Amino acid sequence: MKTTGTLAAGAFNDLAEAEAPSAPQGTAAARKSRHPAPCTRNKVLGERAFFLISWLVPITVVAAWEFLSRLGYIAPQILSAPSVVARTTWELAQDGDLFIHLGASLLRALAGFILGSALGFSLGVLVGFSRLAEAVLDRSLQMVRAIPFLALLPLVIIWFGVDEGGRIFLVTLAVVFPIYINTMLGIRQVDPKLLEVAKVTGLSVWGKISRIILPGAMPSILTGVRYALGTACMALVIAELIAADKGIGFLVMDAREFLKTDVIVLTLIIYAAFGALGDSLARWLERRLLAWHPNYAKGKR
Amino acid sequence: MGEFSPNSHAVVVRGLRRQYGERVVIDGLDLAIGTGEFVALLGESGCGKTTLLRALAGLDEADDGTIESTGEIAVVFQEHRLMAWLPLWENVALGMNTATGRVLAQNALGEVGLAGRENDWPLNLSGGQAQRVALARALVREPGLLLLDEPFAALDALTRIKMHVLIRELVARHHPGVLLVTHDVDEAIAIADRILVMRSGKIAISLDVARETEAGRGPLRARLLHELGVDVPDAAHV
Repeated sequence: MKTTGTLAAGAFNDLAEAEAPSAPQGTAAARKSRHPAPCTRNKVLGERAFFLISWLVPITVVAAWEFLSRLGYIAPQILSAPSVVARTTWELAQDGDLFIHLGASLLRALAGFILGSALGFSLGVLVGFSRLAEAVLDRSLQMVRAIPFLALLPLVIIWFGVDEGGRIFLVTLAVVFPIYINTMLGIRQVDPKLLEVAKVTGLSVWGKISRIILPGAMPSILTGVRYALGTACMALVIAELIAADKGIGFLVMDAREFLKTDVIVLTLIIYAAFGALGDSLARWLERRLLAWHPNYAKGKR
Repeated sequence: MGEFSPNSHAVVVRGLRRQYGERVVIDGLDLAIGTGEFVALLGESGCGKTTLLRALAGLDEADDGTIESTGEIAVVFQEHRLMAWLPLWENVALGMNTATGRVLAQNALGEVGLAGRENDWPLNLSGGQAQRVALARALVREPGLLLLDEPFAALDALTRIKMHVLIRELVARHHPGVLLVTHDVDEAIAIADRILVMRSGKIAISLDVARETEAGRGPLRARLLHELGVDVPDAAHV
């Protein structure tokens, strides 16, 4: 009898839940869910066990690689052993070369990213808010966006030579469009019903922008940031391969000349680290700016 | 109807007209709601109830006629329309001075039974709780006129009954004039002082609930349903 009662109550709750207002309330509320992550909880294996398992695969792969190299199955000029890469890293770090190149690359990436996101965000806000700005700018921007930015390489070299400016320009270009489009769309997709609330509560124009429109567009803007971090990384690699005299790209070109596969593997690891760094930056931003959203908030809430 | 008097009237509407293209939705409508009076507005779908409410709220322009009201006008919509990215107190204090707004918002949240939740996020609330926050957002500005656009329609039956009790308490305390747009005849009888039926863009009938229910709710319910085009055979026994 007890089971039947619980079942009936459960069914009633589900009914009530289904009837609860889930009408679109801004972009994020529509995604509201009582079970944010589609994970199943395992009773035998705890969080710790899953964490260890997730590291098991990469560690095994590296161990196998080292083992096969030592046995001579992998020639050093094809791929250096992990231990050799580690030793090379240590040497490059000791004489400071590594940090000079690393710093040069980071500076390029950062400058390009800041310029590109500032420009993309400003354009996105402008076009998002103004139909006139859309008419003036959007079509031209979309045309330029359609050009694969790597195809601009010859022109960039003619304009900037093989100077630092050209490299930063390429990264900037790679960042502008994802940020622009997502900012613009985010602003346009804010629920007009929420803007009616602004009207009946007598919210000022600035209040409307800062309390409703920009925070409402934030999930979309951050999607743009995440995407831009990827394209920026790609642009950086390409830009650095054009006759750089320092930077990670220079290390690669130099290493290729002398078949130093250990250095090449090191630079791959560094680029991967850049990607991971960008990812944690995006995560940090999401946690800070989307704390209200159950999917992004720290911990359970 | 008499002249508009700021002391006794929450709102007085005269000759209101609203049309979309050729279609006249509100056609010379007159309406007066007293201070502290709870008025429910019934009508078939598409009769212009919501259009009237939106005109009173200032969300739509009127084509003709005058609307005179006392104090602020606050609206609670069918959906809670909370900003998911603002904590509850900021939602309640929206458009108010931040310094005083926070304290007032805390008090208002207490009044709707959500004391201590001021820093919580809207997405952590149930449908009924979210609608109570929307109610707090409306009442915190001590409006002269409170407009309710089917605010309980999307709630489950039990939550709806709790909300009826709550809104009666709050209106008795804050004393705004209230216009409740609803489809639900029983809801109108349960919480309103006066019930209006809208037809062909005008107020067709105005009934005092206390007087009409002296002999029980059945006859009033049957009459209202009849006016809305629903004839229940044994309505007298309901």
